[in-house]
Amino acid sequence: MRKAQGSWEKRILKSLNSMCTELSIPLARKRPAVEQKELLNKWNEMGTDEPDLSLFRPVYAPKDFLEVLINLRNPNYENGDSLSFRTHLGLIQVPLKVKGIPELKEFFVELSLTTGQLGIDDSTQVPPELFENEHVRIGQKVLAEQDSAAAQQYVRQGSPTALRAELWTLILNISSQPEDILYYEQLKTNVIQHDLLVDSLIYKDVKLTASNDDYYFVFEDYLYQVLLCFSRDTSVLGHFAYNSASPPKSYIRGKLGLEEYAVFYPPNGVIPFHGFSMYVAPLCFLYHEPSKLYQIFREMYVRFFFRLHSISSHPSGIVSLCLLFETLLQTYLPQLFYHLREIGAQPLRISFKWMVRAFSGYLATDQLLLLWDRILGYNSLEILAVLAAAVFAFRAVNLMEVTSLAAAEAVLADLSTLKVMPLLQIFLFATVT
Amino acid sequence: MHARVMAGKVKWVTDIEKSVLINNFEKRGWIQVTENEDWNFYWMSVQTIRNVFSVETGYRLSDDQIVNHFPNHYELTRKDLMVKNIKRYRKELEKEGSPLAEKDENGKYLYLDFVPITYMLPADYNLFVEEFRKSPSSTWIMKPCGKAQGKGIFLINKLSQIKKWSRDSKTSSFVTQSTKEAYVISLYINNPLLIGGRKFDLRLYVLVSTYRPLRCYMYKLGFCRFCTVKYTPSTSELDNMFVHLTNVAIQKHGEDYNHIHGGKWTVSNLRLYLESTRGREVTTKLFDEIHWIIVQSLKAVAPVMNNDKHCFECYGYDIIIDDKLKPWLIEVNASPSLTSSTANDRILKYNLINDTLNIAVPNGEIPDCKWNKSPPKEVLGNYEILYDEELAQGDGADRELRGRPGQALGPRGIRSRDMGRTVLTTWK
Repeated sequence: MRKAQGSWEKRILKSLNSMCTELSIPLARKRPAVEQKELLNKWNEMGTDEPDLSLFRPVYAPKDFLEVLINLRNPNYENGDSLSFRTHLGLIQVPLKVKGIPELKEFFVELSLTTGQLGIDDSTQVPPELFENEHVRIGQKVLAEQDSAAAQQYVRQGSPTALRAELWTLILNISSQPEDILYYEQLKTNVIQHDLLVDSLIYKDVKLTASNDDYYFVFEDYLYQVLLCFSRDTSVLGHFAYNSASPPKSYIRGKLGLEEYAVFYPPNGVIPFHGFSMYVAPLCFLYHEPSKLYQIFREMYVRFFFRLHSISSHPSGIVSLCLLFETLLQTYLPQLFYHLREIGAQPLRISFKWMVRAFSGYLATDQLLLLWDRILGYNSLEILAVLAAAVFAFRAVNLMEVTSLAAAEAVLADLSTLKVMPLLQIFLFATVT
Repeated sequence: MHARVMAGKVKWVTDIEKSVLINNFEKRGWIQVTENEDWNFYWMSVQTIRNVFSVETGYRLSDDQIVNHFPNHYELTRKDLMVKNIKRYRKELEKEGSPLAEKDENGKYLYLDFVPITYMLPADYNLFVEEFRKSPSSTWIMKPCGKAQGKGIFLINKLSQIKKWSRDSKTSSFVTQSTKEAYVISLYINNPLLIGGRKFDLRLYVLVSTYRPLRCYMYKLGFCRFCTVKYTPSTSELDNMFVHLTNVAIQKHGEDYNHIHGGKWTVSNLRLYLESTRGREVTTKLFDEIHWIIVQSLKAVAPVMNNDKHCFECYGYDIIIDDKLKPWLIEVNASPSLTSSTANDRILKYNLINDTLNIAVPNGEIPDCKWNKSPPKEVLGNYEILYDEELAQGDGADRELRGRPGQALGPRGIRSRDMGRTVLTTWK
């Protein structure tokens, strides 16, 4: 796995470097004083002043990454050993261990049919006295006692809209001390003083994704303020200790290969890809103070999101999620899986982008937040794979009738009307196994 | 059965060539006719309604004819008349000692202060000057009474900028008594609630089927219109209409206008955002207040409205929320735009017309204007009852005042949520 991750990283860095050479733009440069002043004045509205981005392209898109994952093979593994894996019809060919539905039912026990959920039991037809009022009361108590572990347990049943911002802050152990705000301001100063090539990539990404999104376009400027600072935040390098990936290195001009002149590039070691800004966008509905928004995003990234675009064997890593998705589908909807495979529409090709983005930009925001409640609550991204399978199950009837990949994509193009909790509950607890 | 159905097809006319309208008529199997033929349903422009009910060119409508405007809708939809009627309404309530007209220690109405201070020009010029001098750093917005889509609007912060409207000005050659040139000047709300640093206003659709008794419906799918440029109250940007005016007709021409989302947010997004960042109580209170001010504005004009039984009307309400979460009524449009700026927009407007027709023309059959205008709940679609005077009165008139003391807003109002609980107002 590490070898694969290593070569993937080399590819990305090569792509970045060649873009840099082609466009004759340095990876980093110090801004002249005039430009610094200008940027400072425009800090709150960077969205309205974009440089010419037409020559930039994202370093990679999720589908490029998928191709890499599809080609992963374990050289030590003999297919003959495991009967079940030999019959695996999906794209992922690495036999990692994933949970089956019985294990998932245990793991996600709080989502069962007999437990109250926000996203189901707070709907208009249900009187609030049955569940919602009490649940809100408990949430307020958890906040009053500032109990982080209790908060994590609590949000498994969903967080009330009005309490969510505080609960997530508690679960992620974010406290906005003066030094945190100062740290953010320092990052901002770094942005003002130096221009990085990745900045253009960030601009481009925001313009391509969030700016066109019905929910998130309003927060465009916040996204720049967060992401530009993020790429300069060397504290993020800390997460590479438990990440199979390594931060890309670059060398001061003219000193290629000399280790004492090696720097991490970008400073936080994370090269953004197409759709990266969508990790931040939903958080803008909860936090409107830039340094708080920043801290929350950073913590979400180093706890969860990084696993969605690095190759590892971790159960919440993207490889495992893909395999979990495919296994669930093949085991519980074999007819559908077989049909889609026959018409050249491997399900993972459609669901991959949902999982890499943690469904941001695909679900309605209120539903997405309910989903992310559970990511935090269970400290796992496996729910993304389960939801992806549940979506296929929900639209199975229509999918059985399609005869091409394009038609399958069309059936699954619009997820904005989906209600995630009923889908998950039915798939996990009401499907005949 | 067949013969009855054929004979029963509604004949429609319109002088507004918009697909969202025409598609709706056609999908009901209605038959298009011309104005000179026998028609049952006429979706007319405001110009046409003026002709239909004018002394010279008007004609009587028969029982099986329905039109989409009230004859004197301008009592609500002209900026100067709306303000005049609301001021009159408040004075009346004050005179009869109603608690609704209660004032605070500064003389401001507690429950009925929802229109920014407004004066007519040139008629109230001197009154305006007096008010202006009280807070000379304030900004005011000048709006021509009879125009729409943001035309002719500008901001001022110096008296010299409106010298031409001074009644006393001997050198003025612009003073004209013709109502066409009349302006209103209102205190500009320079502390609007900003989201993502941007100013926005709310567009809400309200259907009135009768004024006496008042029966009105609110469309659940209203939207917020955002300015593309960051808001700044700085005086140097007073001329930049992209910063200040949210009309899509204006924003559409800005460099950053986006044709996918059109700078629009649904009201449910607004609700989610406010509840997440400000909490549930203040959000609920805000929405209750919005419903309240709409109903009060309708009650204010109800006595002077020609409650012609052939008429219904779908208004476009423009509301701005300030940074203290207080909603302000900016204006009411009689002919809300049916142009679609994005795909979502087209769907919304199509559904709006569809639901409106379902309420105004029961069962899609040839109407009888004498019907009781009480459609069954199932046909409301995305509308919910905002206020039904008959229903409210049926519960006993003295309930109007109960429950008011101690509540900042007073009336119990609607408890609607982002999931769209169907509710009924309980205040009279």
